[in-house]
Amino acid sequence: MSENYDVIIIGAGIVGGMVARFLSKYELDILWIEKTSDVGMGTSSANTAAIHAGYNALPGTNKARTNALGVTMWPKLSQELGIPYDRCGDYVVAVSDADMNMLEILLERGRRNGVPGMEIITGEALHRREPLVRADAIGALWVPTGGLSDPFAATVAVAENAVMNGVTLKLNTAFEDFLRDGARITGVRTNQGDFRGKWVINAAGLYADDVMHKAGVRPEFTIRPRRGEYVILDKADFQLTNRTILFPTPSEKGKGIVVSSSLHGNVIVGPNANFVESKENKDVTKAGIEEIWSGGKKLVPAINRRHIIAEFAGLRATGNAPTPNPDIAYDQDFVIEIPEAVQGFVNLGGIESPGFTASPAIALWVIDLLQEAGEELVEKPDWNPIRMPRPVFRHLSRDEQAALIQKDPAYGRIVCRCETVTEGEILAEIHAPIPATTYDAIKRRTWLGTGRCQGGFDMPRVVEILSQELNLPPEAITKKGAGSPFLYRRTKDVQDDHLRMEDLI
Amino acid sequence: MKDKYDVIIIGSGPGGLAAAIAAKEKGAKDVLIIERDIELGGILVQCIHNGFGLELFDEDMPGPTYAQHFIEKVRGLGVETLMDTMVLEITPKGTIYAINKDSGYLALSARAVVLAMGCRERTRAQIMLPGSRPAGVYTAGTAQRFVNVQGHMPGERFVILGSGDIGMIMARRLTIEGARVERVLEIMPYLTGLTRNYVQCLLDYGLVLQKQRTVNRIIGTDRVEAIEAVSVDETWSPIPGSREIIPCDTLLLSVGLIPENELSRSAGVLLDPVTNGPFVDDRFMTSVPGIFAAGNVVHVYDLVDWVTEAGYVAGRGAAAFAQKAQVAEARHVPLKAGENIRYVVPHKLNPENLQEDLIRLQMRAIQPIEARVLVTVEDQDGNVVAKKGEPYARPGEILTLAIKPRAYDAARKASMLTVHVRKR
Repeated sequence: MSENYDVIIIGAGIVGGMVARFLSKYELDILWIEKTSDVGMGTSSANTAAIHAGYNALPGTNKARTNALGVTMWPKLSQELGIPYDRCGDYVVAVSDADMNMLEILLERGRRNGVPGMEIITGEALHRREPLVRADAIGALWVPTGGLSDPFAATVAVAENAVMNGVTLKLNTAFEDFLRDGARITGVRTNQGDFRGKWVINAAGLYADDVMHKAGVRPEFTIRPRRGEYVILDKADFQLTNRTILFPTPSEKGKGIVVSSSLHGNVIVGPNANFVESKENKDVTKAGIEEIWSGGKKLVPAINRRHIIAEFAGLRATGNAPTPNPDIAYDQDFVIEIPEAVQGFVNLGGIESPGFTASPAIALWVIDLLQEAGEELVEKPDWNPIRMPRPVFRHLSRDEQAALIQKDPAYGRIVCRCETVTEGEILAEIHAPIPATTYDAIKRRTWLGTGRCQGGFDMPRVVEILSQELNLPPEAITKKGAGSPFLYRRTKDVQDDHLRMEDLI
Repeated sequence: MKDKYDVIIIGSGPGGLAAAIAAKEKGAKDVLIIERDIELGGILVQCIHNGFGLELFDEDMPGPTYAQHFIEKVRGLGVETLMDTMVLEITPKGTIYAINKDSGYLALSARAVVLAMGCRERTRAQIMLPGSRPAGVYTAGTAQRFVNVQGHMPGERFVILGSGDIGMIMARRLTIEGARVERVLEIMPYLTGLTRNYVQCLLDYGLVLQKQRTVNRIIGTDRVEAIEAVSVDETWSPIPGSREIIPCDTLLLSVGLIPENELSRSAGVLLDPVTNGPFVDDRFMTSVPGIFAAGNVVHVYDLVDWVTEAGYVAGRGAAAFAQKAQVAEARHVPLKAGENIRYVVPHKLNPENLQEDLIRLQMRAIQPIEARVLVTVEDQDGNVVAKKGEPYARPGEILTLAIKPRAYDAARKASMLTVHVRKR
């Protein structure tokens, strides 16, 4: 028994989401599968939230090409999908002559990648714009097209728009193997059964290597998860002068530890970059926190440990694919291809930074590849590119807040006091096109529980609301899907509520 | 309901309830309590253990009973209450913006405001606990709400980090509920909660407390599977060879409380970086005239009785201010933390106030002294203005000292007063 689709997409991160959303434009039956309980739970859930301008990637690489195109797509995307986005610009800070030389290299790379408006400014000009940058900074690369978004909101928005336009999303559905007919892939086997599809697209992020190996493609390709740890500062305690991202001059380890604003209002510091064995190892470590703290402190000496309210870690899906152009010596490029070895398979792999920025461009590239492979894509007449964002209470004016409560009293109850998140917002997410069914799903969508008390206040209340709305016992409510319940059982009944000696021994 | 009040109190815990009663008794006409929960009492509602009321009533009550005593008084006096209502902002001029489901957006004004928002718990993030981020890591107070208010067990096998009072009380509560408390770990070489809780909650139940030992790593992807414990030296550095994996499904944190002052900030109230609460005078007035603060919002108390007492003082002060009876800002005598004292509350005395009531000072010691100690209040020249003997000084237990009327003359003349605690 199996269902038939035109396209099956594996993985519901930002890349899978963009592919699903852009493909939903066409007359295609699309199945989108995700092994976890929600969209955007992997690499998309833990990164710097930067929309990179495109001056880092080596010209001629897939990274450079998709980054440069991707960054130009974000203004329209954010408008259409209601994704928070601010083209606030970013700085690469130099403190030595060697750094200044590197800025020249980045400037040249950026120009070749087509990044507009970049300039090298003096230390004086830098300090005028951001006095908090270390005093001995001697210059900076100013990049006006760098920006910030919200990767959770973005992933949810594209996924919702895809679903609105007919894509079938199946969560808690883990890819196990391909169905094949000789060299042709004809579908996928999952823990929820078999699904047939004319095309299968690998957007499995950290697990993209396993998926392509099952297809018999690129046996030498491996993803080595590279962990990045971050700390978040209390927004009431510390802010940059203007919203921006401050990068150090990059090293061979990557773009380095940044001090960045976020669209949620908190300053974040990180990430480091350390290879780890497990693709699930998102541990925060003592050594890691020390590493990013000293990195951040170097850039912005005013940051204070007392202001840290949260730590988190994410994993980059670092691959080892050479750039298709053999003249370019680079071996951590994005894989974006229809491989020759099999038919019916679109292969995406090694999508690490700047994957978030590049994701819409990767989606367009996938469309090109399908068309080049002879797939006739017919646009739907009723495709709707618009997805309206839901109200965010804390971003409204007093009058708007009053009007919203009048319309729906649920917006008059605050459930998360630190971030001012209302019951109305929580209910809206539980009943959204892609329902938020876990605590973390609500957290990623509403930002509740991310403030000073880290959910201490809202957690029991959210568990109650989820239980009510989903019509499940409180013990069935989880933090992030199967195996992560909050509660185990009821307390003893009143008549049972006396001390039993065997319980005490 | 009105939109103008003499006194508005934010929070209905012990501090807020006492402030409302005192304000009303002192002659304030319109007094309003704004409470974010659906019942009065604040955190007392979930504190079903006993130990409340020993100082004020010489009676040992559970939290809800203690609260009920004041709730009835509040009702009898005709204090208005606004429940299930969250204050979003307080302006320096005393305008209060709040919302609830029934009335929508409210803008209320008060001649005087009493901040009584209490405190919040420190989280795993603030103590930077390494490891994964599974379900099953709770602050002790959140677990207490799950168990005592919502009637659910948040786990079966617990490790508790921190020897704070809520942690020890929860260790007992969970044990009674049939869960296993594998260990209570404390990074400091001393208890951070009350000794009586150590005896009644841990010793009496055969539960193990290990000092100078902490959580080195949280293990588990979806739900906590274990924690790695490690012993530490005086500088909190791990001692090699002391690691132990303790299988458990829940980690409770009882690692300190922080006064909740986001609203105070919006009102422009200056905060003391040591207490994390407002700077207050002996009437518990903050740096903003007409805005008072009472209870754990000022500093973290060890006994509810003292919170109630502070609420009375703040409520009286607020009523006086609302009726313009407040004496204009005069010279203040600053109160400073001296030897082995982390902080003193209040931060300053108004000599004009040194008339009938006694002024109770609250201090926290820095280092434990397990021997008889003398707490002294000294003027700028080292003359002792007031003193009190205590059997010991411990950081987990607040030191209190009342300045009595006979010392008022000396206190008035001082340009500064410093509190010390020394071994006798």
